Amino acid sequence: MPLKLPIYMDYHATSPLDPRVLEAMLPYFTEAFGNAASRSHVFGWKAEEAVERSREIIGGLIGASGKEIVFTSGATESDNLAIKGAAQFYREKGDHIITERTEHKAVLDSCKRLEREGFRVTYLNVDKEGRVDPADVERAITDKTILVSIMFANNEIGTIQPIREIGAITRKRGVLFHVDAVQGLGKIPFNVDECNVDLASLTAHKMSGPKGVGALYVRRRPRVRLAAMIDGGGHERGMRSGTLNVPAIVGFARACELAQASMVGEAARVGQLRDRLEAGLTKRLDHVFLNGCKAHRLPGNSNLSFAFVEGEGLMMAIKDVAVSSGSACTSASLEPSYVLRAVGVDEEMAHTSIRFGLGRFTTEEEVDYVIDHVVEKVNRLRELSPLYEMAKEGIDLKSIQWAAH
Amino acid sequence: MAYGEKVLDHYEHPRNVGTLDKSDPNVGTGLVGAPACGDVMRLQLRIDDDGIVQEAKFKTFGCGSAIASSSLVTEWVKGKNIEAAGQITNTDIARELALPPVKIHCSVLAEDAIKAAIADWKKKQLGKLDEKQTQAQSEQSLAEAVR
Ligand SMILES: Cc1ncc(COP(=O)(O)O)c(C=O)c1O
Repeated sequence: MPLKLPIYMDYHATSPLDPRVLEAMLPYFTEAFGNAASRSHVFGWKAEEAVERSREIIGGLIGASGKEIVFTSGATESDNLAIKGAAQFYREKGDHIITERTEHKAVLDSCKRLEREGFRVTYLNVDKEGRVDPADVERAITDKTILVSIMFANNEIGTIQPIREIGAITRKRGVLFHVDAVQGLGKIPFNVDECNVDLASLTAHKMSGPKGVGALYVRRRPRVRLAAMIDGGGHERGMRSGTLNVPAIVGFARACELAQASMVGEAARVGQLRDRLEAGLTKRLDHVFLNGCKAHRLPGNSNLSFAFVEGEGLMMAIKDVAVSSGSACTSASLEPSYVLRAVGVDEEMAHTSIRFGLGRFTTEEEVDYVIDHVVEKVNRLRELSPLYEMAKEGIDLKSIQWAAH
Repeated sequence: MAYGEKVLDHYEHPRNVGTLDKSDPNVGTGLVGAPACGDVMRLQLRIDDDGIVQEAKFKTFGCGSAIASSSLVTEWVKGKNIEAAGQITNTDIARELALPPVKIHCSVLAEDAIKAAIADWKKKQLGKLDEKQTQAQSEQSLAEAVR
Protein backbone atom coordinates (compact mmCIF):
# COMPACT_ATOMS: atom_id res chain seq x y z
CA MET A 1 0.00 0.00 0.00
CA PRO A 2 1.48 3.37 -0.94
CA LEU A 3 2.05 5.75 1.91
CA LYS A 4 -0.68 8.35 2.25
CA LEU A 5 0.36 11.83 3.29
CA PRO A 6 -0.03 13.65 5.61
CA ILE A 7 0.55 11.10 8.35
CA TYR A 8 -1.51 11.41 11.51
CA MET A 9 0.56 11.03 14.69
CA ASP A 10 -1.48 13.06 17.13
CA TYR A 11 -3.65 10.34 18.69
CA HIS A 12 -3.71 12.09 22.08
CA ALA A 13 -5.62 14.98 20.55
CA THR A 14 -8.16 12.79 18.81
CA SER A 15 -8.26 9.63 16.74
CA PRO A 16 -9.73 8.72 13.39
CA LEU A 17 -13.18 7.17 13.58
CA ASP A 18 -13.03 3.43 12.98
CA PRO A 19 -15.15 2.58 9.90
CA ARG A 20 -16.83 -0.18 11.94
CA VAL A 21 -17.91 2.45 14.44
CA LEU A 22 -19.38 4.61 11.70
CA GLU A 23 -21.26 1.62 10.33
CA ALA A 24 -22.83 0.95 13.72
CA MET A 25 -23.85 4.59 14.08
CA LEU A 26 -25.44 5.18 10.69
CA PRO A 27 -28.88 3.59 11.26
CA TYR A 28 -29.39 5.79 14.31
CA PHE A 29 -29.18 8.92 12.19
CA THR A 30 -31.83 7.72 9.79
CA GLU A 31 -34.45 5.03 10.37
CA ALA A 32 -33.83 4.67 14.14
CA PHE A 33 -33.86 8.38 14.88
CA GLY A 34 -36.09 8.26 17.95
CA ASN A 35 -35.66 10.14 21.19
CA ALA A 36 -34.54 7.69 23.86
CA ALA A 37 -36.79 9.47 26.34
CA SER A 38 -39.95 8.93 24.27
CA ARG A 39 -41.90 6.30 26.20
CA SER A 40 -45.00 6.21 24.04
CA HIS A 41 -43.88 4.62 20.76
CA VAL A 42 -41.55 2.23 19.05
CA PHE A 43 -39.20 4.95 17.80
CA GLY A 44 -38.40 5.89 21.37
CA TRP A 45 -38.22 2.29 22.55
CA LYS A 46 -35.71 1.40 19.86
CA ALA A 47 -33.50 4.34 20.73
CA GLU A 48 -33.74 3.55 24.43
CA GLU A 49 -32.86 -0.06 23.79
CA ALA A 50 -29.76 0.99 21.85
CA VAL A 51 -28.74 3.38 24.62
CA GLU A 52 -29.18 0.79 27.36
CA ARG A 53 -27.24 -1.81 25.41
CA SER A 54 -24.47 0.76 24.86
CA ARG A 55 -24.40 1.60 28.56
CA GLU A 56 -23.72 -2.02 29.44
CA ILE A 57 -20.94 -2.33 26.86
CA ILE A 58 -19.22 0.90 27.92
CA GLY A 59 -19.55 -0.03 31.61
CA GLY A 60 -18.20 -3.48 30.79
CA LEU A 61 -14.94 -2.04 29.48
CA ILE A 62 -14.14 -0.61 32.93
CA GLY A 63 -15.74 -3.31 35.10
CA ALA A 64 -18.84 -1.25 35.87
CA SER A 65 -22.53 -1.86 35.32
CA GLY A 66 -24.51 0.10 32.77
CA LYS A 67 -26.46 1.76 35.58
CA GLU A 68 -23.29 3.52 36.66
CA ILE A 69 -22.76 5.25 33.31
CA VAL A 70 -23.96 8.85 32.90
CA PHE A 71 -23.69 10.10 29.32
CA THR A 72 -22.16 13.50 28.71
CA SER A 73 -20.84 15.56 25.81
CA GLY A 74 -17.27 14.42 26.48
CA ALA A 75 -14.64 14.23 29.15
CA THR A 76 -14.46 17.97 29.70
CA GLU A 77 -18.05 17.87 30.85
CA SER A 78 -17.45 14.65 32.81
CA ASP A 79 -14.52 16.22 34.68
CA ASN A 80 -16.61 19.29 35.47
CA LEU A 81 -19.56 17.22 36.65
CA ALA A 82 -17.43 14.92 38.78
CA ILE A 83 -15.45 17.62 40.54
CA LYS A 84 -17.96 20.43 40.86
CA GLY A 85 -20.86 18.03 41.33
CA ALA A 86 -19.15 16.16 44.17
CA ALA A 87 -17.83 19.35 45.75
CA GLN A 88 -21.26 20.90 45.80
CA PHE A 89 -23.04 17.80 47.03
CA TYR A 90 -20.55 17.02 49.83
CA ARG A 91 -19.89 20.60 50.86
CA GLU A 92 -21.29 19.95 54.36
CA LYS A 93 -18.78 17.16 54.79
CA GLY A 94 -15.71 19.10 53.81
CA ASP A 95 -14.13 21.73 51.62
CA HIS A 96 -10.83 20.19 50.58
CA ILE A 97 -9.87 18.61 47.24
CA ILE A 98 -6.61 16.98 46.23
CA THR A 99 -5.32 16.80 42.66
CA GLU A 100 -1.94 17.05 40.92
CA ARG A 101 -0.16 19.50 38.64
CA THR A 102 -0.20 17.63 35.34
CA GLU A 103 -3.96 17.09 35.14
CA HIS A 104 -5.92 18.19 32.10
CA LYS A 105 -7.22 21.76 32.16
CA ALA A 106 -10.76 20.44 32.55
CA VAL A 107 -9.74 19.20 36.01
CA LEU A 108 -7.41 22.03 36.98
CA ASP A 109 -9.74 24.81 35.93
CA SER A 110 -12.71 23.15 37.63
CA CYS A 111 -10.61 23.10 40.82
CA LYS A 112 -9.60 26.73 40.31
CA ARG A 113 -13.24 27.74 40.09
CA LEU A 114 -14.01 25.87 43.27
CA GLU A 115 -11.15 27.68 44.98
CA ARG A 116 -12.78 30.97 44.06
CA GLU A 117 -15.94 29.64 45.67
CA GLY A 118 -14.14 28.95 48.93
CA PHE A 119 -12.87 25.40 48.54
CA ARG A 120 -9.27 24.55 49.30
CA VAL A 121 -7.31 22.58 46.71
CA THR A 122 -3.98 20.80 47.13
CA TYR A 123 -2.02 20.44 43.88
CA LEU A 124 0.42 17.59 44.43
CA ASN A 125 3.79 17.64 42.74
CA VAL A 126 4.88 14.79 40.50
CA ASP A 127 8.34 13.28 40.16
CA LYS A 128 10.62 13.61 37.11
CA GLU A 129 8.65 10.87 35.40
CA GLY A 130 5.33 12.57 36.04
CA ARG A 131 4.15 10.17 38.74
CA VAL A 132 2.30 11.07 41.89
CA ASP A 133 3.61 9.45 45.05
CA PRO A 134 0.63 7.70 46.72
CA ALA A 135 2.22 8.53 50.09
CA ASP A 136 1.83 12.23 49.18
CA VAL A 137 -1.87 11.65 48.58
CA GLU A 138 -2.20 9.98 51.96
CA ARG A 139 -0.32 12.78 53.71
CA ALA A 140 -2.48 15.44 52.05
CA ILE A 141 -5.78 13.93 53.18
CA THR A 142 -7.38 15.73 56.13
CA ASP A 143 -10.75 15.27 57.81
CA LYS A 144 -12.02 18.01 55.48
CA THR A 145 -10.99 16.21 52.29
CA ILE A 146 -13.92 15.12 50.14
CA LEU A 147 -12.32 14.27 46.80
CA VAL A 148 -9.06 13.15 45.24
CA SER A 149 -8.79 13.60 41.46
CA ILE A 150 -5.83 11.93 39.72
CA MET A 151 -5.68 11.05 36.04
CA PHE A 152 -5.14 7.55 34.67
CA ALA A 153 -2.60 8.54 32.02
CA ASN A 154 -1.25 11.92 31.02
CA ASN A 155 -2.16 13.41 27.65
CA GLU A 156 1.27 14.94 26.98
CA ILE A 157 3.86 12.55 28.34
CA GLY A 158 1.71 9.43 28.62
CA THR A 159 2.71 8.74 32.22
CA ILE A 160 0.44 6.18 33.90
CA GLN A 161 -0.40 7.04 37.50
CA PRO A 162 -0.44 4.52 40.35
CA ILE A 163 -4.24 4.51 40.40
CA ARG A 164 -4.61 1.22 42.25
CA GLU A 165 -2.38 2.36 45.11
CA ILE A 166 -4.13 5.70 45.38
CA GLY A 167 -7.55 4.04 45.26
CA ALA A 168 -6.62 1.81 48.19
CA ILE A 169 -5.76 4.91 50.21
CA THR A 170 -8.86 6.94 49.34
CA ARG A 171 -11.11 3.98 50.09
CA LYS A 172 -9.43 3.38 53.43
CA ARG A 173 -9.77 7.06 54.35
CA GLY A 174 -13.35 7.38 53.13
CA VAL A 175 -12.58 9.99 50.47
CA LEU A 176 -14.06 9.96 46.95
CA PHE A 177 -11.68 9.11 44.12
CA HIS A 178 -12.16 10.61 40.66
CA VAL A 179 -10.05 9.45 37.73
CA ASP A 180 -9.82 11.20 34.37
CA ALA A 181 -9.38 7.96 32.43
CA VAL A 182 -9.51 9.49 28.95
CA GLN A 183 -6.05 8.69 27.63
CA GLY A 184 -5.71 5.14 28.93
CA LEU A 185 -9.25 4.01 28.17
CA GLY A 186 -9.34 1.09 25.75
CA LYS A 187 -5.56 1.10 25.46
CA ILE A 188 -4.54 -0.50 28.73
CA PRO A 189 -6.73 -2.31 31.29
CA PHE A 190 -8.71 -0.18 33.71
CA ASN A 191 -11.09 -1.59 36.29
CA VAL A 192 -13.03 0.64 38.65
CA ASP A 193 -13.50 -2.06 41.29
CA GLU A 194 -9.91 -3.25 41.36
CA CYS A 195 -8.73 0.36 41.68
CA ASN A 196 -11.50 1.54 44.04
CA VAL A 197 -12.47 4.34 41.71
CA ASP A 198 -15.69 6.22 42.53
CA LEU A 199 -15.93 8.54 39.52
CA ALA A 200 -14.26 8.17 36.11
CA SER A 201 -14.31 10.47 33.09
CA LEU A 202 -14.47 8.79 29.71
CA THR A 203 -14.58 10.05 26.15
CA ALA A 204 -15.12 8.28 22.84
CA HIS A 205 -13.02 10.28 20.41
CA LYS A 206 -9.62 9.27 21.75
CA MET A 207 -10.39 5.62 21.06
CA SER A 208 -11.64 5.77 17.47
CA GLY A 209 -15.16 6.71 18.51
CA PRO A 210 -17.03 9.89 17.56
CA LYS A 211 -16.40 13.33 19.03
CA GLY A 212 -18.84 15.04 21.35
CA VAL A 213 -19.83 12.05 23.44
CA GLY A 214 -18.42 10.83 26.71
CA ALA A 215 -19.50 9.48 30.04
CA LEU A 216 -19.00 9.78 33.73
CA TYR A 217 -18.84 6.57 35.69
CA VAL A 218 -20.62 7.14 39.02
CA ARG A 219 -20.29 4.33 41.57
CA ARG A 220 -23.50 2.82 42.95
CA ARG A 221 -22.09 0.76 45.81
CA PRO A 222 -21.25 2.58 47.98
CA ARG A 223 -23.40 5.18 46.32
CA VAL A 224 -21.81 8.39 45.10
CA ARG A 225 -24.06 11.44 44.83
CA LEU A 226 -23.52 14.51 42.68
CA ALA A 227 -25.17 17.88 42.28
CA ALA A 228 -26.26 18.24 38.65
CA MET A 229 -24.56 20.89 36.53
CA ILE A 230 -27.19 20.85 33.78
CA ASP A 231 -30.83 20.97 34.81
CA GLY A 232 -33.77 20.09 32.63
CA GLY A 233 -35.80 17.02 31.84
CA GLY A 234 -34.11 14.86 34.44
CA HIS A 235 -32.35 12.51 32.04
CA GLU A 236 -29.53 10.29 33.30
CA ARG A 237 -31.12 9.91 36.73
CA GLY A 238 -31.19 13.66 37.12
CA MET A 239 -27.42 13.96 36.93
CA ARG A 240 -27.33 15.26 33.36
CA SER A 241 -30.39 16.49 31.58
CA GLY A 242 -30.59 16.71 27.83
CA THR A 243 -31.78 14.50 24.97
CA LEU A 244 -29.24 11.75 24.44
CA ASN A 245 -27.09 11.71 21.32
CA VAL A 246 -28.09 8.18 20.35
CA PRO A 247 -25.89 7.63 17.27
CA ALA A 248 -22.83 8.91 19.12
CA ILE A 249 -23.59 6.72 22.14
CA VAL A 250 -23.95 3.67 19.88
CA GLY A 251 -20.63 4.58 18.26
CA PHE A 252 -18.97 4.99 21.65
CA ALA A 253 -20.14 1.51 22.64
CA ARG A 254 -18.90 0.00 19.37
CA ALA A 255 -15.53 1.66 19.91
CA CYS A 256 -15.40 0.08 23.40
CA GLU A 257 -16.17 -3.36 21.99
CA LEU A 258 -13.44 -3.04 19.39
CA ALA A 259 -10.94 -1.78 21.93
CA GLN A 260 -11.72 -4.56 24.37
CA ALA A 261 -11.36 -7.25 21.71
CA SER A 262 -7.95 -6.05 20.53
CA MET A 263 -6.46 -4.34 23.57
CA VAL A 264 -3.65 -6.77 24.41
CA GLY A 265 -2.43 -7.18 20.84
CA GLU A 266 -2.82 -3.53 19.98
CA ALA A 267 -0.93 -2.34 23.04
CA ALA A 268 1.97 -4.57 22.06
CA ARG A 269 1.87 -3.58 18.40
CA VAL A 270 1.61 0.15 19.03
CA GLY A 271 4.27 -0.08 21.76
CA GLN A 272 6.67 -1.72 19.32
CA LEU A 273 6.04 0.95 16.71
CA ARG A 274 6.67 3.65 19.31
CA ASP A 275 9.92 1.96 20.34
CA ARG A 276 10.94 1.71 16.69
CA LEU A 277 10.29 5.42 16.26
CA GLU A 278 12.36 6.35 19.31
CA ALA A 279 15.18 3.98 18.42
CA GLY A 280 15.31 5.30 14.85
CA LEU A 281 15.37 8.93 15.92
CA THR A 282 17.88 8.60 18.74
CA LYS A 283 20.20 6.47 16.63
CA ARG A 284 20.42 9.06 13.89
CA LEU A 285 20.24 12.28 15.88
CA ASP A 286 22.22 13.44 18.89
CA HIS A 287 20.78 15.64 21.66
CA VAL A 288 17.36 13.98 21.68
CA PHE A 289 15.78 13.61 25.11
CA LEU A 290 12.75 11.71 26.35
CA ASN A 291 10.31 13.75 28.41
CA GLY A 292 8.41 11.83 31.04
CA CYS A 293 8.62 8.21 31.87
CA LYS A 294 9.97 5.23 30.00
CA ALA A 295 8.56 2.49 32.21
CA HIS A 296 5.04 3.62 33.11
CA ARG A 297 3.90 5.04 29.83
CA LEU A 298 1.06 4.67 27.35
CA PRO A 299 2.18 2.45 24.46
CA GLY A 300 1.35 5.09 21.83
CA ASN A 301 3.10 8.02 23.49
CA SER A 302 6.49 9.51 22.76
CA ASN A 303 7.36 12.99 23.94
CA LEU A 304 10.82 13.99 22.75
CA SER A 305 12.89 17.15 22.93
CA PHE A 306 15.12 17.88 19.95
CA ALA A 307 17.60 20.26 21.52
CA PHE A 308 18.42 23.52 19.64
CA VAL A 309 15.34 23.22 17.39
CA GLU A 310 12.17 25.06 18.39
CA GLY A 311 9.09 22.85 18.38
CA GLU A 312 6.76 24.93 16.27
CA GLY A 313 9.49 25.58 13.76
CA LEU A 314 10.03 21.84 13.52
CA MET A 315 6.33 21.11 13.11
CA MET A 316 6.22 23.58 10.26
CA ALA A 317 9.10 21.72 8.64
CA ILE A 318 7.59 18.27 9.05
CA LYS A 319 4.32 19.37 7.57
CA ASP A 320 3.57 15.90 6.22
CA VAL A 321 3.38 14.64 9.79
CA ALA A 322 0.68 15.81 12.19
CA VAL A 323 2.10 16.00 15.72
CA SER A 324 1.95 18.55 18.52
CA SER A 325 4.45 20.44 20.64
CA GLY A 326 4.82 21.66 24.19
CA SER A 327 6.39 24.79 22.81
CA ALA A 328 4.82 28.08 23.77
CA CYS A 329 4.34 29.09 20.20
CA THR A 330 1.55 26.60 19.67
CA SER A 331 -0.64 28.17 22.31
CA ALA A 332 -1.97 31.66 22.61
CA SER A 333 -0.48 31.95 26.09
CA LEU A 334 3.19 31.97 24.99
CA GLU A 335 3.91 29.79 28.03
CA PRO A 336 5.47 26.43 27.37
CA SER A 337 3.68 23.31 28.58
CA TYR A 338 2.85 23.25 32.29
CA VAL A 339 3.07 19.47 32.21
CA LEU A 340 6.68 19.52 31.05
CA ARG A 341 7.47 22.17 33.62
CA ALA A 342 5.91 20.02 36.35
CA VAL A 343 8.23 17.13 35.51
CA GLY A 344 11.25 19.42 35.70
CA VAL A 345 11.92 19.95 31.99
CA ASP A 346 13.41 23.43 31.79
CA GLU A 347 11.70 26.01 29.60
CA GLU A 348 14.40 25.88 26.99
CA MET A 349 13.90 22.15 26.47
CA ALA A 350 10.12 22.45 26.67
CA HIS A 351 10.30 24.73 23.64
CA THR A 352 11.97 21.94 21.67
CA SER A 353 9.48 19.20 22.54
CA ILE A 354 7.39 17.21 20.10
CA ARG A 355 4.61 14.84 21.12
CA PHE A 356 4.15 11.84 18.87
CA GLY A 357 0.90 9.94 19.36
CA LEU A 358 0.57 6.56 17.69
CA GLY A 359 -2.57 4.49 17.48
CA ARG A 360 -4.74 1.93 15.79
CA PHE A 361 -4.09 2.94 12.21
CA THR A 362 -0.38 3.73 12.54
CA THR A 363 1.78 1.49 10.35
CA GLU A 364 5.45 0.55 10.29
CA GLU A 365 5.85 2.29 6.92
CA GLU A 366 4.52 5.47 8.46
CA VAL A 367 6.92 5.23 11.37
CA ASP A 368 9.88 4.73 9.03
CA TYR A 369 8.81 7.68 6.91
CA VAL A 370 8.47 9.85 10.01
CA ILE A 371 11.94 8.88 11.21
CA ASP A 372 13.53 9.88 7.88
CA HIS A 373 11.50 13.05 7.61
CA VAL A 374 12.18 14.23 11.15
CA VAL A 375 15.89 13.42 10.97
CA GLU A 376 16.24 15.42 7.76
CA LYS A 377 14.34 18.43 9.08
CA VAL A 378 15.99 18.49 12.50
CA ASN A 379 19.37 18.51 10.77
CA ARG A 380 18.27 21.33 8.48
CA LEU A 381 16.96 23.43 11.34
CA ARG A 382 20.04 22.79 13.44
CA GLU A 383 22.10 24.25 10.59
CA LEU A 384 19.88 27.31 11.01
CA SER A 385 20.19 27.37 14.78
CA PRO A 386 22.65 29.72 16.47
CA LEU A 387 22.30 27.60 19.61
CA TYR A 388 23.48 24.46 17.85
CA GLU A 389 26.47 26.31 16.46
CA MET A 390 27.33 27.69 19.89
CA ALA A 391 26.94 24.29 21.52
CA LYS A 392 29.25 22.76 18.93
CA GLU A 393 31.82 25.45 19.69
CA GLY A 394 31.67 24.34 23.29
CA ILE A 395 29.87 27.41 24.59
CA ASP A 396 27.75 26.64 27.64
CA LEU A 397 24.40 28.15 26.71
CA LYS A 398 23.49 28.46 30.37
CA SER A 399 26.50 30.74 30.96
CA ILE A 400 25.10 33.41 28.64
CA GLN A 401 23.12 36.33 29.99
CA TRP A 402 20.04 36.10 27.81
CA ALA A 403 17.67 39.01 27.77
CA ALA A 404 14.22 37.68 28.55
CA HIS A 405 11.60 39.28 26.34
CA MET B 1 -2.47 28.06 12.56
CA ALA B 2 -2.07 28.65 8.87
CA TYR B 3 1.02 30.53 7.76
CA GLY B 4 1.14 33.43 5.37
CA GLU B 5 2.67 32.93 1.96
CA LYS B 6 5.66 35.17 2.61
CA VAL B 7 6.41 33.48 5.91
CA LEU B 8 6.36 30.12 4.16
CA ASP B 9 8.60 31.36 1.38
CA HIS B 10 11.25 32.71 3.77
CA TYR B 11 10.92 29.67 5.97
CA GLU B 12 11.40 27.22 3.16
CA HIS B 13 14.03 29.25 1.35
CA PRO B 14 15.71 31.29 4.05
CA ARG B 15 18.01 33.98 2.63
CA ASN B 16 21.50 34.63 3.93
CA VAL B 17 21.85 31.86 6.47
CA GLY B 18 25.30 31.68 7.93
CA THR B 19 28.04 32.98 10.11
CA LEU B 20 30.48 35.87 9.77
CA ASP B 21 33.69 36.11 11.76
CA LYS B 22 32.57 37.84 14.92
CA SER B 23 36.12 38.97 15.72
CA ASP B 24 36.32 40.89 12.43
CA PRO B 25 36.27 44.61 13.36
CA ASN B 26 33.90 45.34 10.47
CA VAL B 27 31.35 42.76 11.60
CA GLY B 28 28.62 43.69 14.07
CA THR B 29 26.88 40.79 15.80
CA GLY B 30 23.45 41.03 17.41
CA LEU B 31 22.34 38.09 19.54
CA VAL B 32 18.85 38.63 20.91
CA GLY B 33 16.11 36.60 22.54
CA ALA B 34 16.48 33.72 24.95
CA PRO B 35 16.27 29.94 24.65
CA ALA B 36 13.83 29.89 27.56
CA CYS B 37 11.46 32.12 25.61
CA GLY B 38 11.64 29.92 22.54
CA ASP B 39 13.46 32.23 20.19
CA VAL B 40 17.02 33.39 19.70
CA MET B 41 18.18 35.39 16.69
CA ARG B 42 21.72 36.06 15.68
CA LEU B 43 22.14 38.70 13.02
CA GLN B 44 25.59 39.60 11.71
CA LEU B 45 26.32 42.60 9.51
CA ARG B 46 29.52 43.40 7.67
CA ILE B 47 29.61 47.18 7.48
CA ASP B 48 32.16 49.13 5.48
CA ASP B 49 33.90 52.33 6.56
CA ASP B 50 31.16 54.42 4.94
CA GLY B 51 28.59 52.76 7.17
CA ILE B 52 27.02 50.69 4.38
CA VAL B 53 25.88 47.16 5.12
CA GLN B 54 27.81 44.98 2.68
CA GLU B 55 26.77 41.59 3.93
CA ALA B 56 24.15 40.20 6.31
CA LYS B 57 23.90 36.69 7.75
CA PHE B 58 21.57 35.15 10.28
CA LYS B 59 20.88 32.06 12.28
CA THR B 60 17.66 31.72 14.25
CA PHE B 61 16.25 29.31 16.81
CA GLY B 62 12.52 29.80 16.76
CA CYS B 63 9.22 29.25 15.06
CA GLY B 64 8.59 29.80 11.37
CA SER B 65 7.69 33.44 11.86
CA ALA B 66 10.91 34.10 13.76
CA ILE B 67 12.98 32.48 11.03
CA ALA B 68 11.08 34.38 8.33
CA SER B 69 11.47 37.71 10.17
CA SER B 70 15.22 37.33 10.42
CA SER B 71 15.55 36.13 6.84
CA LEU B 72 13.56 39.13 5.65
CA VAL B 73 15.66 41.68 7.53
CA THR B 74 18.90 40.31 6.07
CA GLU B 75 17.45 41.16 2.65
CA TRP B 76 16.26 44.56 3.75
CA VAL B 77 19.43 45.80 5.45
CA LYS B 78 21.82 44.81 2.67
CA GLY B 79 23.08 47.87 0.80
CA LYS B 80 21.50 50.27 3.30
CA ASN B 81 23.54 52.62 5.42
CA ILE B 82 23.32 51.96 9.13
CA GLU B 83 21.01 54.91 9.71
CA ALA B 84 18.41 53.57 7.31
CA ALA B 85 18.90 50.02 8.53
CA GLY B 86 18.41 51.14 12.11
CA GLN B 87 15.09 52.69 11.18
CA ILE B 88 13.47 49.42 10.14
CA THR B 89 10.69 48.78 12.64
CA ASN B 90 8.84 45.73 13.79
CA THR B 91 5.65 47.07 12.21
CA ASP B 92 7.37 47.14 8.80
CA ILE B 93 8.39 43.51 9.27
CA ALA B 94 5.04 42.36 10.65
CA ARG B 95 3.17 44.08 7.82
CA GLU B 96 5.39 42.64 5.10
CA LEU B 97 5.02 39.10 6.46
CA ALA B 98 1.36 39.55 7.50
CA LEU B 99 2.15 38.24 10.97
CA PRO B 100 -0.82 37.53 13.23
CA PRO B 101 -0.91 39.26 16.65
CA VAL B 102 0.59 36.29 18.53
CA LYS B 103 3.65 36.48 16.28
CA ILE B 104 4.37 40.18 16.62
CA HIS B 105 7.11 39.40 19.14
CA CYS B 106 9.06 37.72 16.30
CA SER B 107 9.18 40.99 14.37
CA VAL B 108 10.13 42.88 17.54
CA LEU B 109 13.02 40.52 17.99
CA ALA B 110 14.18 41.05 14.41
CA GLU B 111 14.16 44.82 14.92
CA ASP B 112 16.14 44.35 18.13
CA ALA B 113 18.63 42.16 16.27
CA ILE B 114 19.36 44.91 13.72
CA LYS B 115 19.86 47.48 16.47
CA ALA B 116 22.08 45.13 18.47
CA ALA B 117 24.24 44.30 15.45
CA ILE B 118 24.72 47.97 14.60
CA ALA B 119 25.51 48.81 18.22
CA ASP B 120 28.12 46.05 18.30
CA TRP B 121 29.72 47.38 15.13
CA LYS B 122 29.76 50.93 16.52
CA LYS B 123 31.44 49.70 19.68
CA LYS B 124 34.09 48.02 17.59
CA GLN B 125 34.61 51.22 15.58
CA LEU B 126 35.24 53.14 18.80
CA GLY B 127 37.68 50.41 19.78
CA LYS B 128 39.39 50.81 16.44
CA LEU B 129 39.69 54.56 17.03
CA ASP B 130 41.17 53.97 20.47
CA GLU B 131 43.57 51.49 18.98
CA LYS B 132 44.61 53.94 16.29
CA GLN B 133 45.16 56.58 18.92
CA THR B 134 47.24 54.34 21.16
CA GLN B 135 49.12 53.12 18.14
CA ALA B 136 49.78 56.71 17.05
CA GLN B 137 50.86 57.60 20.55
CA SER B 138 53.21 54.68 20.85
CA GLU B 139 54.67 55.44 17.43
CA GLN B 140 55.23 58.97 18.56
CA SER B 141 56.92 57.99 21.78
CA LEU B 142 59.02 55.51 19.87
CA ALA B 143 60.05 58.23 17.48
CA GLU B 144 60.88 60.44 20.45
CA ALA B 145 62.90 57.72 22.08
CA VAL B 146 64.85 57.11 18.90
CA ARG B 147 65.50 60.76 18.56
C1 LIG C 1 -6.74 13.75 29.91
C2 LIG C 1 -7.87 14.40 29.20
N1 LIG C 1 -8.96 14.78 29.87
C3 LIG C 1 -9.99 15.38 29.27
C4 LIG C 1 -9.98 15.65 27.92
C5 LIG C 1 -11.16 16.35 27.29
O1 LIG C 1 -11.94 15.44 26.60
P1 LIG C 1 -13.08 15.92 25.59
O2 LIG C 1 -12.37 16.30 24.35
O3 LIG C 1 -13.91 14.69 25.41
O4 LIG C 1 -13.83 17.01 26.23
C6 LIG C 1 -8.85 15.28 27.18
C7 LIG C 1 -8.77 15.56 25.73
O5 LIG C 1 -8.37 16.61 25.29
C8 LIG C 1 -7.78 14.65 27.83
O6 LIG C 1 -6.69 14.30 27.16
